[in-house]
Amino acid sequence: MTDASTSTTALADPDGPAPAGPSARGPRARDTVAYLRYGAGKLVGAAVSLFAVLVTSFFLFRIIPGDPVRTITHGRAVSEEQLQALRRQFGIDKPLWEQFTQYCGQALRGDFGNSYQLHDPVGELIWDRLPATLLLTGTAFVLYSLIGVWLGTRSAWRNGGLGDRFNTGLSLTLYSVPSFWLGLMLINVFAVGVGFVPGLFPTGLMETGDGSTGLAHALDVAHHMVLPVVTLVAVGYAQTLLVMRSSLLDEMGSDYLTTARAKGLRDTLVRRRHAVPNALLPTVTLMFVNLGHVVAGQILVETVFSWPGLGGLFYEALSIPDLPLLQGLFFVFAAGVILMNTLADLIYPLLDPRVGR
Amino acid sequence: MDTRVQHVPPRRRSPRRVRVLLGSGAAALTLTAGLASPLNPAPDEAQAESTGKKTLTVAVAQSVDSLSPFLAQRLVSTSIHKLMYEYLTNYDPKDSHTVPGLATKWEPSADKLTWTYTIRKDSKWSDGKQATAEDAAWTFNKIMTDEGAATVNASYVTNFKKVTAPSPDKLVIELKKPQATMTSLDVPIVPKHEWEKVEDFGKFNNDDKFPIVGNGPFILTDYKKDKYVKLEPNKDFWRGAPKFDELVFKTYKDQDAAVAALKKGEVSFVAGQPSLTPAQAAELKNVPNVKVNDAPGRRFFALATNPGAQTKDGKKFGDGHPALLDQKVRQALFLAVDRETIVDKVFQGHAVVGEGYIPPRFSDYFWKPAADQKLAHDPKKAAQLLDEAGYKKNGDGKRVGKDGKPLDFRILCHATDPMDKSIGNYLKEWWGELGIGLEVQCLDNVTDPWYAGEYDLAFDGWSVNPDPDYVLSLHICSALPSKPGATSPTDNFICDKKYDDLYAKQQAEYDPAKRQDLVKQMQSRLYDTGYMNILAYPNAVEAYRTDQIKSITTMPSDAGNIYGQDGYWSWWSAVPADSEAGSDGGTSAGVVIGIAAGAVVLIGAVAFVALRRRATAEERE
Repeated sequence: MTDASTSTTALADPDGPAPAGPSARGPRARDTVAYLRYGAGKLVGAAVSLFAVLVTSFFLFRIIPGDPVRTITHGRAVSEEQLQALRRQFGIDKPLWEQFTQYCGQALRGDFGNSYQLHDPVGELIWDRLPATLLLTGTAFVLYSLIGVWLGTRSAWRNGGLGDRFNTGLSLTLYSVPSFWLGLMLINVFAVGVGFVPGLFPTGLMETGDGSTGLAHALDVAHHMVLPVVTLVAVGYAQTLLVMRSSLLDEMGSDYLTTARAKGLRDTLVRRRHAVPNALLPTVTLMFVNLGHVVAGQILVETVFSWPGLGGLFYEALSIPDLPLLQGLFFVFAAGVILMNTLADLIYPLLDPRVGR
Repeated sequence: MDTRVQHVPPRRRSPRRVRVLLGSGAAALTLTAGLASPLNPAPDEAQAESTGKKTLTVAVAQSVDSLSPFLAQRLVSTSIHKLMYEYLTNYDPKDSHTVPGLATKWEPSADKLTWTYTIRKDSKWSDGKQATAEDAAWTFNKIMTDEGAATVNASYVTNFKKVTAPSPDKLVIELKKPQATMTSLDVPIVPKHEWEKVEDFGKFNNDDKFPIVGNGPFILTDYKKDKYVKLEPNKDFWRGAPKFDELVFKTYKDQDAAVAALKKGEVSFVAGQPSLTPAQAAELKNVPNVKVNDAPGRRFFALATNPGAQTKDGKKFGDGHPALLDQKVRQALFLAVDRETIVDKVFQGHAVVGEGYIPPRFSDYFWKPAADQKLAHDPKKAAQLLDEAGYKKNGDGKRVGKDGKPLDFRILCHATDPMDKSIGNYLKEWWGELGIGLEVQCLDNVTDPWYAGEYDLAFDGWSVNPDPDYVLSLHICSALPSKPGATSPTDNFICDKKYDDLYAKQQAEYDPAKRQDLVKQMQSRLYDTGYMNILAYPNAVEAYRTDQIKSITTMPSDAGNIYGQDGYWSWWSAVPADSEAGSDGGTSAGVVIGIAAGAVVLIGAVAFVALRRRATAEERE
């Protein structure tokens, strides 16, 4: 949300209302130029942020206490020479600045090195697990956004009513429930079964692993997805609901709604055609922010449901610390957020013509 | 606010109604999709019913780090390697003594420097080729010459001079100096004809081609990262084929979820690594068809004191409390510890009271202090020892040294281990009664202050192998770091001449009985120096379904663990239960169909009512 407001102000300041351009061109062309200028600014900003992330991730994970060589060799007979050999292999025997320049050089070519404990290239490891995370958090994102907008609209339109109080109360209650706890409860009730409730869903994992393909496999994955998605949606929809509700409430006293009603429009049409589109802007921002986080997955929910995604990989890497993997993951997570925010900034002027001019 | 407008007759079918219809349709579809799998019931069981395939599913907490025996470090991976490959020797499930593996016989030369192994002729690789001494020689030579291949197994070959295979059934290993651990070389022997094609051993994970060629009791047929590992029995295994048709390891990152899966019957076994919590064990004890195996563990749990951290050349570093250099003070601390209470209250009975360094399951090497040597729980004697050492109680009941400073210690505790924390609280209380202050420092990362020698006491613990050489080597002087703070093999900076002499002797002693005696003397010496005190041997609590596994070998066979054995005994010996029902926790397909149908009807009804309500609402407007 803050992002929307900052971008609105930020872009209003620098150029002033009318960017220099041949006056022969009409107002439309001027708009396009302004938009392009605005867009380019945003893109440059994003690139700078990405570079900052690249640099930060190198230093950030070196602050974590712990020595990867110690963790990895713990509990095994290793000689001092072998420890040295491992340090050399990992490249952490060199001075920090040398490691840093090497890291930057490689990272700019898209190479984050090989994981210390899994030995595979970082890019490959991330690529392997990305689909699982996108599937889970992406599905949950779509569902909680839709449910949030729908219930938020209803709540605001009939605010103060029983439905409003119930919806707001329920969503806030679920919002404050720890996701891993809710996940475990769902597993015990709907996967194992309690009393007359039968265990309908698997207790975890992403697939049965029976070698099925095609539709059977898709259904198998869908079956495994139900509980984690329900957990994520239950914990997540309150945010969208509340933002939608409050921004719609802001609009409800507006004159243009009275005008619309005076034209004789039905209540639902007033809501759908006039109020909601205007109230949607903050929600759209929130959605883009959430969308950026989709990549990072949900460590707790992925752990409880043993979902083979990026969240789990990140957690595993932290305990070593597996520096190349952490750097790669952090970069991808941050890049997701930055890209989505930039996309939001670029789309915003199209949704609200006041922005970006 | 709610200025209702007058009713306008609908000119066309409201698009919203279509959307609601579509929406509820989609919702119903999603739900039925969710239910679709149970409709054609759980594939595992379906398969089991249609083909009679018996699958043993093991829930493990870890995921595989590498399938290459040259790189794998995690227990799950090394356990799987024990099923895929043969080792020269193996350990008897009864009492862990050495038994034949790929080698049928082994013999040292008179000068103790050459070992000759006779390789069995009845072991074939799963691609039909004969396993020979040449494969073994190649494996060892690779580790000796290739840094990438030495990643995890280097320690086994550091003392090797030369490894050759003069004939297909003779392996000859020449040593630089005598080495008693030659019958416990835990190195998986790989097929040369497959592995000589590998370019970079430091990066090859052995997971690009299935089935993987091996000669162990199982053949690895499928692996999906972070999801599962599948193995099938090796029908030609020389000891006889395993009885289950399939063995699957699945990664459950949360143990409560794994316990739920066991309750439901989705898995046959939950590994005790980490051990199930007392609460989980208690819960599972009440579940029908589930057996909780409260197995004697292979770990010891100890209190370590900082003996004055030092380098190999005797340079002191760190900030260990000087009072702990006094043996009387250390003994007083240990005397004030009530081990029974720790086992009863903290481990809730899932542990055995600590004695010597090596856990009792390794009966050949197990030692316990004699009555006059033992530091049994005796707070009075502890107080007396402190008085003798010159730490008298002051007016506030605090022990103070001659310099007038109170006796306050720190103890390093693993923040990730709840046991550390609660034992720390007991110690605080017991030592507090003696007049000693204690600060329990629970850290995520204890290794940094530990290696820096910046601790007074610490919670320590190691997993012990059938051959005790490695855990014994943690306390020799040459294990100390070469410079302050450097990573080194030492556990606790102990350096004792007498202990070192005994260590060197046992290392060169090839007579098992004599070596056992030396190892016991070492433990006695370690006990007397009093820098370490074993509090308990925690059990490995694991559980399995008796309606899926009829019988399974534990190690030691009388009472022992199933997961993480030294050898392949458990999974190789497991006999499937012949019951057909009960594996799905009582959810029959009929019930599921009923519920699915019910859900669909309910959703339909809700959608219908919603539409009707909308319609009338609109007409009312």
